[in-house]
Amino acid sequence: MEITLRALVTMIHGMLFGAFFLMATFGLVVELTRSSFGEQPLRLTPRGYSLERFYLFTIVALGWAAVLTGAYIVYPWYRAVPPAGATDLALYPKYVLMSSATTAGWHTLGMEWKEHIAWIAPVAMSMVAYIFTTHRRLMREQPKVRQAVLVFALVAFGAAGVAGLFGAMLNKYAPINGGSTIRLTGKNQ
Amino acid sequence: MNLSRSESAEQAATPGKHLLPNGPAAAAILSAGAGCTFIGLIALAADASKPIAKLLTLYLPTGPLSGVSSVAILLWLGMWLILAKRWKGKTVALGKVNATAFLLLALGILLTFPPFADFLQGK
Repeated sequence: MEITLRALVTMIHGMLFGAFFLMATFGLVVELTRSSFGEQPLRLTPRGYSLERFYLFTIVALGWAAVLTGAYIVYPWYRAVPPAGATDLALYPKYVLMSSATTAGWHTLGMEWKEHIAWIAPVAMSMVAYIFTTHRRLMREQPKVRQAVLVFALVAFGAAGVAGLFGAMLNKYAPINGGSTIRLTGKNQ
Repeated sequence: MNLSRSESAEQAATPGKHLLPNGPAAAAILSAGAGCTFIGLIALAADASKPIAKLLTLYLPTGPLSGVSSVAILLWLGMWLILAKRWKGKTVALGKVNATAFLLLALGILLTFPPFADFLQGK
């Protein structure tokens, strides 16, 4: 069993950073919604608050890691230009997609939307984490602050969802491959 | 649009209760909304104009996306810093701040949507 370096990095970008960001953001949205129906504001122990801060910091770090690895490592592999006269486009995913009218939309709609909307998620989540950690009392006192936090968290979830969905589909129709091969199990043939 | 109002007026509306100034939180909310619009606007500009796209190509392998995201993030953080300084210790009309931030957020999402960006460019 083996995997190419590019496929491994793409997997880390999407399935580790992206997918965990998506799951953690969903957890935060659920918690925000649940706590807005509480009769008493939830008070945590100091350990509880520090764990919560760690959770929020992790979400934000995952979000930024996803967009930065995507834009600066995976995307250059995706948009690499094949040399003139190349017939095998396997290492040029964008050109694989654009070579057929039935797959071009995955680039013109999918990648072009994903590459920009993805950045909205960490921007929104950074604000959410900042307010959560530094203006907790304000969130309790002024429902409009909580409302803004919930809306931005929902948008971060949606934006990451769009990016994740198209990322998965793009990798299905034009997988990113290449680089050295990493052997996971088994022997060299 | 003047979003500031005096803290004493806010307290007068709820006698006996000392409200925390919401300025710093409002600054974060409004600048996050604006940050999303910056992403959409700069992406649109790069898509519409070849010279702008070239100018935004800060890292060749990534192309204009490198500049689009970097400039948008710098503008977002800059706006956050300025608003946070201006609204430090103040209470602002949060309803207006939220409405503006949500509008900017929606606009940002819309501008990143390729069919809408193409429509604006008459493609």
